[in-house]
Amino acid sequence: MKVGVLYSRVRVEEKLLFEAFEKRGVDFELLDDRELIFEITAGPRYNDYSHYDLVVERCINHSRALYSLRILNDRGIPTVNTAHVADVCGNKLQTTSALTAAGVPSPRTLIAFDSESAIKAIEELGYPVVMKPAVGSWGRLLSKINDREAAEAILEHKEVLGSYQHAIFYIQEYIRKPMRDIRAFVVGDECICAIYRGSEHWITNTARGGQSSNCPVTPELNAICVAAAKACGGGIVAIDVLEDPDRGLLVNEVNYTMEFRNSIAPTGVDIPGRMVDFSLKVAREGWAPANGWTSGEAAYQAVSLTGDD
Amino acid sequence: MALKTVTGTAECPECFAEIDLKNVMQNEITQCPECGTDLEVVSVEPLELALAPEEEEDWGE
Repeated sequence: MKVGVLYSRVRVEEKLLFEAFEKRGVDFELLDDRELIFEITAGPRYNDYSHYDLVVERCINHSRALYSLRILNDRGIPTVNTAHVADVCGNKLQTTSALTAAGVPSPRTLIAFDSESAIKAIEELGYPVVMKPAVGSWGRLLSKINDREAAEAILEHKEVLGSYQHAIFYIQEYIRKPMRDIRAFVVGDECICAIYRGSEHWITNTARGGQSSNCPVTPELNAICVAAAKACGGGIVAIDVLEDPDRGLLVNEVNYTMEFRNSIAPTGVDIPGRMVDFSLKVAREGWAPANGWTSGEAAYQAVSLTGDD
Repeated sequence: MALKTVTGTAECPECFAEIDLKNVMQNEITQCPECGTDLEVVSVEPLELALAPEEEEDWGE
């Protein structure tokens, strides 16, 4: 079996994955996304990547990941994750819509395309609200908007200073969660472990300084996380879950190129090992069997390629 | 493939400190212990560091 690992930079996570592949005796090659050239027409380079039985994606740029996966999947090369998963998870609007379609509870979210309708949506939800860019990660450019003056200022900034993507307003109710949220790791049809991310700040990402500790995987947490993963196309995903005092668990976000360096020690779970075992199962058995799907679920679906920089 | 890692020293391009590097590989991200700058191992033979790229809008998980 020949595996390609598509990457941008070698962070702690990539190094651990490489070691896990090596430990299993897998023949793998590293594909630096800065050096890639894909032929997407029927020319001499078309089969440059056809010798891979599997490509594992670890790009930092959403756009590079999404386009590469799309090209590889179009020519029948199995990938982890699929282009469909990257497409849905890389865009919060698509994620929330997919979760709702599958009956997975999320914080109430409104979308508006104009600042006047955005103000109306914000006031319908009631202050405070959270506004997020549809594409983005690590807690960047999240705004907690506490009143109308702040709302008007942020909307104007987004319209004037941002790209058009920033004028697609993703507006979410603010959940009065405990000073923590849950980051749960799903591999196929199992939530393998989870951590609490605690912070005095309302943004709890460990990339922003949140502290991690083990969170027991209850049957309820496992069920909601597996359902969320399946709603987004399956595979290996990290799910952000909020604890609403009245409604219980709500799925906030689903990440498809997950970071896990701060979660191995508190959980004691060999996350990179589980990721590699799942990936090898995809190569050997296919996407649906690896995900434990038995009802004819489609592995590869059309994607919208919304990952514009 | 066998992972090629090297141990040695290289200069931080930001503060010019001599940094000890242990078992690093090509394109690995590291941090200067002196000035805290994120660095990328752009060469392992010889060991060479460059400033890690600035974060872009669609970077993330």
